[in-house]
Amino acid sequence: MFGYALLLIIAMSLIAYFVGRSAGSRFATNSQEKIHSLPSYHGAFVAVWVGIPALILLLLWVGLQGTAIDQLLLSSLPEQMTEGASASQLNLYLQEIHNVTTGRVFGEPSPEIKAAAERLIRWEAIARWAMLVVILALTIVVLMITRAQLSPRFRARNNVERIVSGLMIFCATLAILTTLGIIGSLLFEAWAFFQMVPVSEFLFGLNWEPQIPIREDQVAAAGAFGAIPVFTGTLLIAFIAMLVATPIGLLTAIYLVEYASDRVRSTVKPIMEILAGVPTVVYGFFAVLIVAPAVRDFGSVLGLAVSPNSALAAGGVMGIMIIPFISSLSDDALNAVPRAMRDGSLAMGSTRSETMLNVLLPAALPGIMGGILLALSRAIGETMIVVMAAGLIANLTFNPVDSVTTVTVQIVTLLIGDTSFDSPKTLAAFALGLVLFIITLCLNVLAIRIVQKYREKYD
Amino acid sequence: MSAVAVAANDKAFETVRTPDPEPRPIKIKASDVSVFYGEKQALFDVSIDIPERAVTAFIGPSGCGKSTFLRCFNRMNDTIDICRVTGEMLVSDANIYDPRLDVVELRARVGMVFQKPNPFPKSIWDNIAYGPKIHGLAKTKAEFDVIVEESLQKAGLWNEVKDRLHEPGTGLSGGQQQRLCIARAVAVSPEVILMDEPCSALDPIATAKVEELIDELRENYTIVIVTHSMQQAARVSQRTAFFHLGILVEEGPTNVLFTSPKEKRTQDYITGRFG
Amino acid sequence: MSTTAPTSTDSFWHSEAAIARRKKRHGADRRLQIFGITAITIAIGLLGILIVSLVSTGYQAFVQTEIALPVNVSSEEVSRDDPSKGDYRDLIRQALHAEFPDVGDSEFRQLEQMLTRNAQFIVRDRVVSNPSLVGQTTTFHIPMADPIDQLNKGVISAETPEDRRRVSNVQVELFDQMEQRGLVSTPFNWGLFFNADSRFPELAGLAGAIVGSFYALLVCFLISFPVGIAAAVYLEEFAPKNRLTDIIEVNINNLAAVPSVVFGLLGLAVFLNFFGLPRSAPLVGGMVLSLMTLPTMIIVTRASLKAVPPSIREGALGMGASKHQVITQHVLPLALPGILTGTILGLAQALGETAPLLLIGMNAFITSPPGGIMEPATALPTQIFIWADSPERGFVARTSAAILVLLGFLITMNMIAIFLRSRLERRW
Repeated sequence: MFGYALLLIIAMSLIAYFVGRSAGSRFATNSQEKIHSLPSYHGAFVAVWVGIPALILLLLWVGLQGTAIDQLLLSSLPEQMTEGASASQLNLYLQEIHNVTTGRVFGEPSPEIKAAAERLIRWEAIARWAMLVVILALTIVVLMITRAQLSPRFRARNNVERIVSGLMIFCATLAILTTLGIIGSLLFEAWAFFQMVPVSEFLFGLNWEPQIPIREDQVAAAGAFGAIPVFTGTLLIAFIAMLVATPIGLLTAIYLVEYASDRVRSTVKPIMEILAGVPTVVYGFFAVLIVAPAVRDFGSVLGLAVSPNSALAAGGVMGIMIIPFISSLSDDALNAVPRAMRDGSLAMGSTRSETMLNVLLPAALPGIMGGILLALSRAIGETMIVVMAAGLIANLTFNPVDSVTTVTVQIVTLLIGDTSFDSPKTLAAFALGLVLFIITLCLNVLAIRIVQKYREKYD
Repeated sequence: MSAVAVAANDKAFETVRTPDPEPRPIKIKASDVSVFYGEKQALFDVSIDIPERAVTAFIGPSGCGKSTFLRCFNRMNDTIDICRVTGEMLVSDANIYDPRLDVVELRARVGMVFQKPNPFPKSIWDNIAYGPKIHGLAKTKAEFDVIVEESLQKAGLWNEVKDRLHEPGTGLSGGQQQRLCIARAVAVSPEVILMDEPCSALDPIATAKVEELIDELRENYTIVIVTHSMQQAARVSQRTAFFHLGILVEEGPTNVLFTSPKEKRTQDYITGRFG
Repeated sequence: MSTTAPTSTDSFWHSEAAIARRKKRHGADRRLQIFGITAITIAIGLLGILIVSLVSTGYQAFVQTEIALPVNVSSEEVSRDDPSKGDYRDLIRQALHAEFPDVGDSEFRQLEQMLTRNAQFIVRDRVVSNPSLVGQTTTFHIPMADPIDQLNKGVISAETPEDRRRVSNVQVELFDQMEQRGLVSTPFNWGLFFNADSRFPELAGLAGAIVGSFYALLVCFLISFPVGIAAAVYLEEFAPKNRLTDIIEVNINNLAAVPSVVFGLLGLAVFLNFFGLPRSAPLVGGMVLSLMTLPTMIIVTRASLKAVPPSIREGALGMGASKHQVITQHVLPLALPGILTGTILGLAQALGETAPLLLIGMNAFITSPPGGIMEPATALPTQIFIWADSPERGFVARTSAAILVLLGFLITMNMIAIFLRSRLERRW
């Protein structure tokens, strides 16, 4: 039905365009005065006014229809069913009603549910037709109003351009809305979480066991939400990744800038880009399939008991993923050092390594540091590799052959599968997300600042 | 004639800065040097003798190959991938394109000053000490201090910077930076100093200072300077070579070249008919 | 002015100490060079290991072991009018009995397990689509169960002791027998592309994931392309230099570096929880991906707009065109190749994105391709994640094969981008 409504709006906009344009061209031929705008702008003016409000109405309708009908359904249920029922129970009712309407029935539903399901089908049909009718009415009314405004001296072009500018500003602010949406949703859910679990326990607690009892009567720990082991695990894996990626990436950049011939450069750089373009889920599978068993075998040769999802394997593979990131940023930073500096050093009789280590590297250091910070933020926020290769249990350890868990692993495992927004287990994921967002944001801002400052110095 | 006598002889002419016509021992001898950038030839069979302890200027319109030729003297052209040099070039009778020759040694003995001042982003002290440090010319801090002071003295910069030796070299003015670069080149005690348009980025006052410095340095060093300014060549050099389109057109004592050039092209250039 | 003469002479430079020192320095130089080469070799080597291990585990999934089994679809078991009802399991049993009369009752179960468990449905679907098969004996090509497939491909060796492999001795013997009688074939595995997901590796395919990814990318493109261009045009051509535009700019740069899982949280909290959009739907996936690719799109488009020389704008403005006309009629067409290239690269990045899709539930077990953007679906990367998590041995090869398919799509998209860039982009 959404598709039909969309088609209707497009059709009405087209009609509006032609109505407006023909009006415009009539002005052009009949009117004594000089007309202000081309006929097509008259058309566009009417079309835009017809199309955009209708589109907004349609999106709102589609977005809110489900919730509205659900509310109506709940209030239509007999009182003895809804009275005192918890939110999740009400949700279950709704789920069941919806299931009945789509024919997925397990066992015989109660008559109340059946009746509600019939109501649901009826209401949805009404809503569908109502939507089409309302949209049609809206477009026709707007078409009449805007058509009446057209005249030879009407500034249709300026009007259209103003609307287009408005749309562009809206698109540009969408980025801000996204950020606000992220911050808002994280803060909102995290706030709900901190109502159940104190902030101090979350930030400084040493015990992370988010599994809470499923049934009320179950005797089990109420779940522990001390996130320190999760944070240390994240840092451990990110640290291992940086340990792998920084030397390899930096040395690669040094070689490409100072030693490599053009031919080597033009082969190695695309290969690095391939390395950067491999999706992280592929690296995750690689970690599970090849690296983790290899690390394990190697450990047993040394007589070490290596966990099957050791921090070493996950961090190592994450390091591979980050190599091209560091190498390309360091490459940029080294290349930004003016050539005169390099020539000056070489002309003094330094070898290439002396030029690199004594002159270029110190000069490029801020840029390289910025790149490393960006890479670190990437390592901390990277998800798939650790979800597949790191552990689920939060161990407070810095032993690289042990299994640790990370913030991103916990977010994904807590939210995978069915989620209800009233359990601390689900909300904890948002609290972790908030921490992750803040930390990566700080790292990014810092890194971007450093890199920009450094660029200004040499531009 | 001994070198000291030559120096004394030069002093006598200093007020009028007339280049001396005396023959001197030859420091650099280039024969049939050609330079190619990829397929394109930039320099055609240049042969020239550069005398010791004198200033030789290369002049010519831009793109004539004078800078390219200068960069052959310390093999800086090696740093450009596509660049190829043929012919023979002797510095102190040693063929510098001999594959057994160590360019590191060559560049220590043939210093270079660039068009744009390019001090390293380090302190003034570190800029000067950099060369001696990598070449092992000094060991203790005291020895380095001596070299730093001497070099800055020679570059006439000592009095201006002696109180801020540990501030960054990039904080100096343009003229000071260029003299710092000259001091940096002098610090490794080279035999030859190459200067690639050393004053083109400087204002007239700074230019005058650097020119004065060049005149003083010629006592001890063989200097080759590329310049686009004929007046500068006339002021500082004893010999001048005129390049055009990659060819060495004419070379000789500066006063002779500027007053009675043999070639028409040289005459046209120095009288300003093209350039 | 000191007059000390240069100390450097041949005797200094050619002294033993100086030569030794230079040797050491050149040694250090070579060391750094070797370190660099080693680093590059390690990086390329790791990429090589990655690709080789994927190809070596994945290539087998591109063929599938099948058995040619004549099945008599008797009209007693299956009615001509409604062929979907009927005991197809019994038909298969009869066919197996007819083909292997020597197999005793005790071993018959093992024989039956050599075929895929869905064999009856495969036969049924064929008969339903072609009811004239009823009453005839037709030879069906039926995929064999995963362990037998592995046996045929040499992953499971008949040499291993019976208790350490998933294929019994009886099955090994029967398989040899089938091979000798020419019943076994290993054709190209079209099912990998045209089947939806399944619990049985021999039947699992990528159709659902490919369609799901297509829908999600379509939504992503429809949102991020126009919005990205509009935002970039505004910021580059119209925006006044003030605090607000500064904030937008910084914000876009930071948004590009926000971890993808955070976008998943946003999608979950806002699109699913607040707006009540359906879980696992490509629509939501595409919306989340479009928010992620938007910063990239804006940055790329702005770069392309910047590359159009101002002389073109000035020329058109000088003709009396309005600023809007200049941009839509002159600047945008010239910037379009660059924008398209950036768009394709952005979409390629979105295609490989997994974490946000997991959070909005696009990792469900779904056995039919989605019919639209609102129906539950998986995407290629999430399908890889699901298969990588499955315990059956056959899914290892399927996962590698799925990765190869995904990489194939990515390479194709990148090639198109490179082609566009080289063919259409103009140098000023």
